[in-house]
Amino acid sequence: MTITVKITISLKDGMLDPEARAIQHALSNLGGYTTASLSTARVFNVGIDTDSSEEAKRLAAEMCDRLLANPVIHSYEVEAVE
Amino acid sequence: MRFAVLQFGGSNCDQDAHHVIEDVCGVDCDLVWYKEGFSRSYDAIVIPPGGFSYGDYLRAGAIATRTPVMQDVRQHAAAGGLVLGICNGAQIGAESGLIPGVFTINEYPKFICEGVYLKVENASSPFTSRYTKGDVIRIPIAHKEGRYVAEEGVPPQRLLDEGRVAFRFCDATGNCTPESNPNGSTLNITGVLGEDQNVLLMMPHPERASESVLGSEDGKKLFDSMIDYCERR
Repeated sequence: MTITVKITISLKDGMLDPEARAIQHALSNLGGYTTASLSTARVFNVGIDTDSSEEAKRLAAEMCDRLLANPVIHSYEVEAVE
Repeated sequence: MRFAVLQFGGSNCDQDAHHVIEDVCGVDCDLVWYKEGFSRSYDAIVIPPGGFSYGDYLRAGAIATRTPVMQDVRQHAAAGGLVLGICNGAQIGAESGLIPGVFTINEYPKFICEGVYLKVENASSPFTSRYTKGDVIRIPIAHKEGRYVAEEGVPPQRLLDEGRVAFRFCDATGNCTPESNPNGSTLNITGVLGEDQNVLLMMPHPERASESVLGSEDGKKLFDSMIDYCERR
């Protein structure tokens, strides 16, 4: 059985998000889109061969710790989709 | 004495660094393809000075960091060997945990390629002994992900106080101002030494400023400092 895990990597609170700032600026230039806040995140959908969603989430968190996220600037959330 | 310059797919400036070390400074230097690894020991290893290893996928340096050859680089550093990471090499080295903190996307998120002034903050490290503390040197930068962000629990001011900062962005008279900080780095920091000072990770390109024909020889002193250190060692 394959369980799909959705991994969302975000910048930690307080970290400067230059891309988000540029996008906010562009939205403002489009006219009328005044955004109170905007942040970027990256999503990975990973299919993991296991019967256990807990095991899938544990492996996904391990992938974040070892490669997908940099703990200096990133936080992550892991969610079993199916 | 022999230096090595690592090469990953997507590296550039590897040939430039090799040229400066071997032809300008007169030290034997091997280009080492990351898959082949190190077949002998080296006095100093240069992590490829530029480019976009693995296309900068995920984050600059993230995938190159996880290759087996970087384990050898960490062991070389742990044994006291010199490691110099320039630009993409600095990103890879920081991802590898050779210094605290990371080099991430510029405050204004675009690629910057220009000459900048650097203030020498530590002139006693193996990489900077040919400079004098407070020297203002001119070396180019070329990056989009070069903004130094300190690690939680390791305040940047402490790095400065402890002599772990080799270079900071400054103006022509040596003032480290917000205006002279091209990428928004914390405290203008752009060259950080490892705990034992045998690792230097920096975003500016000294190999592009080591010959008068290129407009500046300020970067050559860095390589000469490394050579001095290896001769004494």
